[in-house]
Amino acid sequence: MASLNEVLEGKSICICAGSGGVGKTTTSAAIASGMAAQGLRVCVLTIDPAKRLADSLGLKELGNEARRVDPTLFEAQGVEMKGELWAMMLDAKATFDELIARQAPDEESRERVLNNRIYQQISSALAGSQEYMAMEKLFALHTEGEFDLLVLDTPPARNALDFLDAPKRLTQFIEGKSLRVFMKPTGLAAKVTGRGVSVALSVFKKIVGFDLLADLAEFFNAFSGMVDGFQARAKRVNKLLADRETCFLVVCGPQGEPIDEAVYFHRKLVEAKLPFGGVVVNKVHYPADELKGDIEDLPETLADKLGDPDLAKRVAANFADYQALAERDAHNIDHLASELRTSVVIRVPHLDEDVHDLAGLAQIDRYLFATAEERVEMAAGRA
Amino acid sequence: MASCGLEIPLRGYSDGDPFFLPAPEIARNCPIPDLLDKRLVIVTGKGGVGKTTVAVALGLRAASEGKRTIVCEVASQENASRMFAHTAVGFHEVEMEENLWSISIDPDESMREYVLLQLKVRAMRDMLFRSRIFNYLAAATPGLKELVTIGKIWELAQLDRKVKKGRKYDLVIVDAPATGHGVGFLQTPRTFASIARVGPIHSQAQTLDRFITDHEHTGTAIVAVPEEMPVNESMALERDLRGEVGVAVDRVYLNGLYPERFKKEEAERLAQLAESENGTNGATKAAARAALSEFNRAKSQRSQLNRLRRGVEAPVKTLPFLFEPELDVEAARRLSRKLG
Repeated sequence: MASLNEVLEGKSICICAGSGGVGKTTTSAAIASGMAAQGLRVCVLTIDPAKRLADSLGLKELGNEARRVDPTLFEAQGVEMKGELWAMMLDAKATFDELIARQAPDEESRERVLNNRIYQQISSALAGSQEYMAMEKLFALHTEGEFDLLVLDTPPARNALDFLDAPKRLTQFIEGKSLRVFMKPTGLAAKVTGRGVSVALSVFKKIVGFDLLADLAEFFNAFSGMVDGFQARAKRVNKLLADRETCFLVVCGPQGEPIDEAVYFHRKLVEAKLPFGGVVVNKVHYPADELKGDIEDLPETLADKLGDPDLAKRVAANFADYQALAERDAHNIDHLASELRTSVVIRVPHLDEDVHDLAGLAQIDRYLFATAEERVEMAAGRA
Repeated sequence: MASCGLEIPLRGYSDGDPFFLPAPEIARNCPIPDLLDKRLVIVTGKGGVGKTTVAVALGLRAASEGKRTIVCEVASQENASRMFAHTAVGFHEVEMEENLWSISIDPDESMREYVLLQLKVRAMRDMLFRSRIFNYLAAATPGLKELVTIGKIWELAQLDRKVKKGRKYDLVIVDAPATGHGVGFLQTPRTFASIARVGPIHSQAQTLDRFITDHEHTGTAIVAVPEEMPVNESMALERDLRGEVGVAVDRVYLNGLYPERFKKEEAERLAQLAESENGTNGATKAAARAALSEFNRAKSQRSQLNRLRRGVEAPVKTLPFLFEPELDVEAARRLSRKLG
């Protein structure tokens, strides 16, 4: 079984993807701090981290710029920090505004776009904008080349497709070939030929009202000078995602639903010809396989040793519950590994306390970066 | 309903077109009918906390009380139908059990239905949907998909259904998108009313906004799990739902609470036992360690429960962690009996 170190060897971008609630943010932060500890200059791009995780990373007043995490914080946790850990919180709106500023041919068109009401909605609300801006920021940082490794904690996409399709969807939206008519200064229906089109427009106008249609026209008009720049840039972003220096990690939990989603997401990555690195399964109940022999007389043994039959009964019942969860997890993970045809399935145990500080991240790193032998030992050491 | 002295004015309409002004009505912020007596209950929360399970459990509970109930999914994941081990339901109202229906609200289907209701003529609707420019404009208009989705939820909750031969429901339960998406989703009608300033969709968007912010008929339940991040997010979510959206928050369900199986004194004895068994690889040590894990998790969860209780205004109800491999409809039924 390959280790995370082997998977990330020679990579400059690591993208952690998965559905909501599976621990993506924590995993991203743990990978970044682990790789930084080994001597790399790493930046983790995250969105909406838990307050205490943000605090512990010194992310409190972070904006759309990378900041360095204070190395003395790691020393306090007994972690030797050979490299540098940087972190930033993504602000989709600010990134979009920056992109407009970069692409706009002149001040006037920039202002026109930024002030357009449709743009203001799109930059913060259109499905896919956040995903696209995460890629955009990644691309910008990669181009600047100041980091050895960039770790991206992807936004919790409602479904995996959202995230992969985002760049395409957004550029399609902006280029809008069928809407070239809108970009003509003479405006809407004047240039439109064909009865179907004018009927469609008039019905649409009837439903949403003229002013919304006018705003849309104005938006496409204002955007017209930037279409080519956007297309070129999106092409380069897509190329970067498919590059061999990029690595996608699928993050999931051990329950049936997250496992199914991980399988689905992996299939989408393969279809899109994007480089899949491996899967991280969080909050796994480790099995105690080697114990199966003497489980039958466990209640009696416990009663003898504790001198308290009632407590012994509860301990045995609790153990049986945990074993059932461990068996489920092992079964689900076997299924996952065979579906994904991968040997890179990294299991992180369900720790007794939830992780929200550097100490917790260090604990997770022990599992993430363990070699195959270490992993066997750790599994045996746990209940 | 009697006034309770804690009146807050309905926001946002006074500067609108007087034609759409509602009767001088006051949204009330106190004694609300109980959660399941509302017409619409929106179940929301962070991803992976069990929103679907709670939505289905609420549905089962309402159905068992004789209410004709429909559970709506909006992210086309078919999680609810999967819980019932039913094939995908799609954009159809499918009966799951007595008094309980399920639907997956697809925005494109909602759009088709909406446009048909506007145009009345099917052939004209179909022609429109074949037009590239119409599809393009529909996709390009920010929030239109969310708006028609909410429109469909509203339509399901009407006693006077707009679709032909529509079934009448007593209660509509929505398994809402995860936090972040969720708040934006519920704000769509108001946002839309502000970008489309005139025309039929403007007044329809206002109707939807009034419907969502009507505390008497619409409520939300936030689902959380007893961990640091989800508790923080739930507190922020409640603030946003009350403040920004203006919707009533009736319950916070803390899902997956471990039972307190061991006392502190017992945990100490178990720690000694695990210590004395060190070096052996027996089941005794493993069982003692599992018990200690349980004790520690239950303890840390209780402190999260207390934080949550201090941090939110709505009543917090707990739902137990189920030590079961997969949560099916029977598990949801057991939870439904514990819903307060």
